[in-house]
Amino acid sequence: MTAGHDPARRRFLQILGTASGALVVGLPAFAWTPDQLLGQNLIRLNPYLRIEPDGTTVIGARDPEVGQGIRTAETRILAEELDADWNHVVAAPMALGVTNAGGEPHWIYNHQMAWGSNSVPAAWNDLRAVGAAARQLLLRAAAQRWGVNVASLRTLRGVVTAADGRKLGYGELAQAAAALTPAAIAPALKSPSQYLLVGQDAGDVDAHDIVTGHQHFAIDDWRGDTLVAVVARCPYPGGKLAHLDDARTLKVKGVSKVMTIPAPSAARATGTQQLAAGVAVLAHDTWSALQGVAKLDLRWQPGATAAHGDDTLAQSAAAVLQGDPTEAVRSDGDFAHTAKRARYNFQAEYRFATIAHAELEPPNALVQVDDQRAVVIAPVQNPRATFETVRRLTGLDPDQIEIQLPRAGGGFGRFLETDYVAEAVLLAKAAGKPLKLMWTRADAFAHDTYRPFSVHRLQACADRKRKLTGWQHRIASTSRLAGREPRPRWWLSEMHPDDLPAGLIDNLQYAWYALDSSLPRGSYRASAHAVNAFATECFIDEIAHNLKQDALQFRLTLLGAPRQLPYRGHGGPVLDTGRLAYVLKLAADAIGWSRPHTHGHGFGLACHFTFGGYVAHAVELSMEGTRLIIHNVVCAADIGRVVNPLGARAALVGATLDGFSTALHQQITVKDGHIAQRGFNDYPLATMAEMPRAVQVILVPSTQSPAGAFAMGFPSAAPALANALFAGTTVRVRQMPIWPEFMRLL
Amino acid sequence: MPQRIPNPSAPITPQPIRSGIDVAINGQHFRHTGDPDLPLLWYLRDVLRLTGCKYGCDDHSCGACSVIVNGKLGRACALTMHDVANAAITTVEGLAGPDGKLHPVQQAWIDEDAILCGYCQAGQIMAAVDLLGRKPQPTDADIDGITNLCRCGSYPRIRRAIKRAAKTVQGRSR
Repeated sequence: MTAGHDPARRRFLQILGTASGALVVGLPAFAWTPDQLLGQNLIRLNPYLRIEPDGTTVIGARDPEVGQGIRTAETRILAEELDADWNHVVAAPMALGVTNAGGEPHWIYNHQMAWGSNSVPAAWNDLRAVGAAARQLLLRAAAQRWGVNVASLRTLRGVVTAADGRKLGYGELAQAAAALTPAAIAPALKSPSQYLLVGQDAGDVDAHDIVTGHQHFAIDDWRGDTLVAVVARCPYPGGKLAHLDDARTLKVKGVSKVMTIPAPSAARATGTQQLAAGVAVLAHDTWSALQGVAKLDLRWQPGATAAHGDDTLAQSAAAVLQGDPTEAVRSDGDFAHTAKRARYNFQAEYRFATIAHAELEPPNALVQVDDQRAVVIAPVQNPRATFETVRRLTGLDPDQIEIQLPRAGGGFGRFLETDYVAEAVLLAKAAGKPLKLMWTRADAFAHDTYRPFSVHRLQACADRKRKLTGWQHRIASTSRLAGREPRPRWWLSEMHPDDLPAGLIDNLQYAWYALDSSLPRGSYRASAHAVNAFATECFIDEIAHNLKQDALQFRLTLLGAPRQLPYRGHGGPVLDTGRLAYVLKLAADAIGWSRPHTHGHGFGLACHFTFGGYVAHAVELSMEGTRLIIHNVVCAADIGRVVNPLGARAALVGATLDGFSTALHQQITVKDGHIAQRGFNDYPLATMAEMPRAVQVILVPSTQSPAGAFAMGFPSAAPALANALFAGTTVRVRQMPIWPEFMRLL
Repeated sequence: MPQRIPNPSAPITPQPIRSGIDVAINGQHFRHTGDPDLPLLWYLRDVLRLTGCKYGCDDHSCGACSVIVNGKLGRACALTMHDVANAAITTVEGLAGPDGKLHPVQQAWIDEDAILCGYCQAGQIMAAVDLLGRKPQPTDADIDGITNLCRCGSYPRIRRAIKRAAKTVQGRSR
């Protein structure tokens, strides 16, 4: 191998020297993004792709894996355009890609975030190009070797074949290909008819490590002489430490230090949210730290505002809903006038409890920091926010901060926050040693960023022909953007102006009312879609029932002729009513909607458009005494082209069960000024016995770009269940959690 | 020629038998000389670095730390080292053969892609190994007896994986 003239390329080749002649390609490899040229990316960072001389094809997965299957999907996307042999592919998780651009971070891998089911759509755009560029280099290397035209060559499963039948493996070509300069224009991508991997099932790339116990989640990592920190946090929002005696703690064998984390102050922003005041016990192992915390003699002083429980918030909601909305989200036609003249009028109030994420891996972070370098190993959904938190707390340059992205034990939005990383950085800095911060399950419940509480008032009216002519949806909620964004933007996380039935009913009003809460709030799987879809889809069901209409036909009539409606939110720019109607029909057919129903069984439907995905659920259930039996569940989904159907099915089945589990039982309550829930015994996740034994997933074949999958199956699951519960029992539950209210009404 | 051993300056006194708790973990013998109240969970994770056994809760409710102790399913967070003195313990790391050949339950998990986030799966696998040990052909109701929590909703695939593993084992014993 000879060094090129370009200094970046020379450095690149030096790196390659250590990798024994491997081909390394970064993204994007083209001149049309001059600041991200091949080579410059690779000096200090993980590349997207490395082909070893033996043909081993290491593909970097850039987005955090939190159980959505992104490592597998991204690897498949790149491998497809590369025409790689999947048996020789190794998926390698990448750290946050950042370089120092004059003291400011420069993100070099484009998308790196697990949010909004957005990783696959972004990867679909970027990583196919990387695969195609690498394939082109390999083809050119083979053409040179054989002295033939590139156009005469074919690739298949990691092998280049010439017209005369000669063959060379990618590994044999890697070294020569690495010496070539990538073409200035992007090579053409495959046509979908040529796909060998995209659209085919692939098991999770980490499956072997997971079933053998060798997969390292952040919580499993360790760095030499690491101290473990467990923190006792003030249970009152905004409260502070009133008394501390750590004498008994310091006598615990293994405990080395007790440190305090000061009370939150607006002047001292640490991350995406304020840290609770705390007392940290540092020890040589987790058990000693836990015992040390248990032996602290502590008193906390409540903050200025008491913790807001749901009942308090419901009272506030009743008051604010009397007044003017904080934001008039949408107003079409004249709802008030229409309602006055309508033949039929309907109204209902829905209420959604504050809930916690309950991700199974509690927040934790392993941090190594000195005045030259910071390394963070933590479950992370938003690596850039994590980076900014570390940068703010350490003052280090961008290229001195390393954010590793190990597989996370769930996330559901909790790991978009960086509070636990901030705590670990502060403690590690003070301790002067690598430090592993462990949150207990009780900590995770007491200091979550909860899904907002909300009250929904719905009104609708219909004319003599039982056609909906007016619709009003008013929401009072504790926006998760409060405290993070200016007040005029708070509604944005709570209500989407183009969500259905907007565009379907001429006279329609959406309005949002701000509710104050002292509890921290954050993103949660599908966020506002999950509660708004429940209110909307159950209210539609109520109306259909009252008008003596079939719930499927009523919905299909409402959706009307297939057409595209403008959609300004995430997942837009359009919402196709035909695609939603189609999945609804599929789900209804599969559950046997129009066939005679088994006596005593309730059937329910719901559908929703979330982040570009169209999903419908159909549920069949019955009651045995006071026990709920879910007999059949269908989830029909049109989520564009599906990269990995096996993974997409896992995500949709998981979302369905998660939707049921969350809606049935979960609620965070406040007692004596602090969060009452401490574990799964008082915040029950559904067990195997309570959940359906199977979920039938129907994936609609599609040539549209992939839309992702993780959030989409969540919003319509719970309303389909509630509608089935009504059909089976005539008990209409208008709140989450469903089960306690159902038992009260039964 | 043997070296001459110098006379000891002090007489040799017999040492007391070293105290501690003996355990066999995945066939290897260990002696724990620290706090007998140390939960097995932290012994496995912090001392032996067998991190397949996961921390998930404080009230023994999640099952992420499930292990097999003397042939019975246990939750490592609920057992102290004192409780497991002289016990034979199998963790998820000890299921595969010495040649790396996977246990039929592990293989079934891969074949059914029962993964999602993966955090609970080692515990689920241990619960399934225990179930199949007691009930080689489990019914759905038997499988419903597994109380390990999965936050992601992988239960239907876990159920299929258990049935697949049951078939594999049955096929082998014929």
